[in-house]
Amino acid sequence: MAVVDYNAPQSVQEAVALLSGSDIKTKVMAGGTDLIIQSKSQAVEPLRVVDLKHIAEMMSYSLDDGGLSLGPCMCCAEFTALHDVETLYPGLVEAAYLIGSTQVQGRASIGGNLCNSSPAADTIPALIAIGAKCLIVGAGGERTVAVEDFVTGVGRNCMQPGELLQRILVARPAPGSRDAYLRFIPRTEMDIAVAGAGVSVTLDSQGVCTAARIAIGAVAQTALLVASAADALVGTKLDEASVAKAAAVASAAASPITDRRGTIEFRRHIVGVLVKRATLIAKERAQASL
Amino acid sequence: MAKLHITTSINGEATEFLCEPHETLLDVLRNDLQMTGTKEGCGSGDCGACSVTVDGRLTCACLVLGVEAAGREIGTIEGIGSSDKLSVIQEKFLEHAALQCGICTPGLVVSTQALLEQNPNPTEAEARYFLAGNLCRCTGYDKIIRAVLDAAATMRGAA
Repeated sequence: MAVVDYNAPQSVQEAVALLSGSDIKTKVMAGGTDLIIQSKSQAVEPLRVVDLKHIAEMMSYSLDDGGLSLGPCMCCAEFTALHDVETLYPGLVEAAYLIGSTQVQGRASIGGNLCNSSPAADTIPALIAIGAKCLIVGAGGERTVAVEDFVTGVGRNCMQPGELLQRILVARPAPGSRDAYLRFIPRTEMDIAVAGAGVSVTLDSQGVCTAARIAIGAVAQTALLVASAADALVGTKLDEASVAKAAAVASAAASPITDRRGTIEFRRHIVGVLVKRATLIAKERAQASL
Repeated sequence: MAKLHITTSINGEATEFLCEPHETLLDVLRNDLQMTGTKEGCGSGDCGACSVTVDGRLTCACLVLGVEAAGREIGTIEGIGSSDKLSVIQEKFLEHAALQCGICTPGLVVSTQALLEQNPNPTEAEARYFLAGNLCRCTGYDKIIRAVLDAAATMRGAA
């Protein structure tokens, strides 16, 4: 793909109109950290780019009683500095903080990470864990899709030609409900997840877990919501045995591949370890929020 | 293909250039504007040799399309120090011999300036994490980090 046409619409309506009505392959661009590289590596096919960063609502966020409404194109450097968001969704912020270098975070966005739909995307398990939803808009109107249903395969998602991601929506967590995200990489930063785990837990005043969500990344074609692993936590005080059980169920749900980053056996093992540790971090945060 | 006329500001100076839609900001700086201080390393956002700021935010020029510079404020290594008077960061890089071949140095100086604007008193770990996207294949980083921390201390003292 070689960029032959660049468009910077000022409104969502204008962007949607640009997405249809051209014979040239058209892609939306947020930070461009994936798209620009892809456009250079396959330089033959002409590509029309619709840059969403001039649309104010794509770059902004709001946080109120209803929860978080995030403009999908806000760069990770800006997002990770939002202290009000970090207080309520620390796991999502830590996932965004893990994407690339300082330079990449100056461009890359959560919406871009989601729409690029890599199995190893850090923010996707974190978004699934907190029950995030995608507001998608197209010529036919709006629709809302849960993040766990958004990604349909390696580099594929449910958006149809002519549609774009307008908003990422997350309910406000109650006191006693918090999240965490952990990934494994063989170095300390600047790498792609070998495995990742996003966990959110809700505790009552007695410390009993009343709800939980566990999502695992980089261990299947898409990030997976593992409801059966979360079920192992509900009704417990997140003691060692129940957390170990959730970890084992999550490990069993993984269907990883062997590649240069890790083997099937290693990924299956380490994703369980990550689930266990992320659960304990989420528990600690949930307790502190009560 | 028709070239696009872009009006921008580079290091505080109003600048105009013509570019094709596929050209990156790095292509424009080096090939069209002859501002070769910004280096091309990987061209894929991994090495940080082309670190610049866009509206004050650190990024890689190879990850930005040239057309995106329209109406933005671009900061490059050419805007830091001068031949007559180096910036404190540049002086400290020399003093600590924090370079060998020099290809990564402009990017590291730009990134270090961004770091110290955001965090004037970084710990060693904070500096290392912030600068992790600037690869150096010569020094082993130790001298770079010493230079960065010394520059930070000097700039705090001078402030």
